[in-house]
Amino acid sequence: MFGSRKSRIRKPIPGVDSQLLIRDAAKLMPDPTRRLFLRGGASLGALAALTGCDIVDETSAETALQKISYFNDRVQGWLFNPNRLAPTYPDSMVTRPFPFNAYYPEEDAPEVDKDDYAFEVGGMVDEKKTWTLDELYALPQETQITRHICVEGWSAIGKWTGTPLREFLRRVGADTRAKYVWFRCAEGYSTSIDMATALHPQTQMTFGFDGEILPRKYGFPMKVRIPTKLGFKNPKHVMEMAVTDKYLGGYWEDQGYNWFSGS
Amino acid sequence: MTIEATTIEATSIEANQAEIRTPAAPLVGTGGTIHPVWVRLTHWINALAMVMMIGSGWQIYDASPLFPFEFPAPIALGGWLAGALLWHFAAMWLLVVNGLVYVGLGLWTGRFRRKLLPLYPGQVIADARAALSGHLSHADLSVYNAVQKLLYLGVILCGVVIVLSGVSIWKPVQLRELSVLFGGYDAARYVHFFAMAAIVGFIAIHVVMAFLVPKSLRAMITGR
Repeated sequence: MFGSRKSRIRKPIPGVDSQLLIRDAAKLMPDPTRRLFLRGGASLGALAALTGCDIVDETSAETALQKISYFNDRVQGWLFNPNRLAPTYPDSMVTRPFPFNAYYPEEDAPEVDKDDYAFEVGGMVDEKKTWTLDELYALPQETQITRHICVEGWSAIGKWTGTPLREFLRRVGADTRAKYVWFRCAEGYSTSIDMATALHPQTQMTFGFDGEILPRKYGFPMKVRIPTKLGFKNPKHVMEMAVTDKYLGGYWEDQGYNWFSGS
Repeated sequence: MTIEATTIEATSIEANQAEIRTPAAPLVGTGGTIHPVWVRLTHWINALAMVMMIGSGWQIYDASPLFPFEFPAPIALGGWLAGALLWHFAAMWLLVVNGLVYVGLGLWTGRFRRKLLPLYPGQVIADARAALSGHLSHADLSVYNAVQKLLYLGVILCGVVIVLSGVSIWKPVQLRELSVLFGGYDAARYVHFFAMAAIVGFIAIHVVMAFLVPKSLRAMITGR
């Protein structure tokens, strides 16, 4: 359906303390005595994945529940209207202060050096090159005030400024018949989106927040803002992008969260 | 309607009827079957689907509570947010498809019209009084009293509201008209919660009644 789900070798996440990550994940993981949603092996597999161990057998994770989630991906893809815009709001409705949310505490947010930054573009594109921040800042920019909706249920209205992703994809000669666009972040987070959403007018390579340069806690130097998807599909500190036909999942998607997660 | 009225020989028809309230309605020729197969099947499938939806819904709520309390882990389904969402977005198909079959057949066979209508506020108050003082007859399970009619109609309505509000939380962009109907994204979350509370309240009363009148439970299993 979405490409191979055979075992994947997981690289350790650079810059992240494995022990801290295990403890953090353990807080989020189900009580070991009540694994109601995945058979035992899959829960351990997910935990092992975070520390960089091989996943030997993922078939135990292909439960009926996960298969239905893949079916829901298809339903959502069918339901997605590329011409439907996410609601926009006046500046007065921006949530200030805007909440910080990540799978690590705010003080551990990755610090990316502006001068060292080299945004890598690869995969099914004509122009595989790296972009400096100044080159990116020179692209035409737009501002949107939209609602960020977290998978947890809460939401906040924010103001993001940047370049429409579809404009950037056009410039690098991306093959828009490809299925996915994948993003890798500074600390190892990743996600991937369907091409239809990548081409949506409000999907944005974000460089500014609430009138200022995107701060570190909200994803400096670049975030991808996707108001037609849940928050965890809006990656921060994006270092690399690839246009691909391969399903590459993502940090939360690989742990059981729905991949499409469209709003 | 007082205790005195039930022990003193009363001459008025009203007083006689006040003694034991029996809902009056013509029996339809059912050959003794109270609940046809399709009613029983959809009933139990719905019960299963609702338990999964409510349990996983409580686990989802715990990820971002609307009020200063959380549902305890032992009664929440899914273990954590990801698991709960998998359950919730799987069971929803069962709930909705089964619900559509139930409502569709209920309307098409005329069962809703026969069993749930007419419904008058006066009847509801009188039957509620009788029920609370232990004078409401359950002799004929094929005829619903006014309290039952109100609650069954009410829970079906709550079912429609909870599904629509849930879908509006799920797709606030793609189905933004639905969101507007409920007053926006945040309001829809509260509507969804209160519909759940009403349904849980219904289930509590419903299950207690099934145990107080065991033949009603048997009727929903065997049909008689």
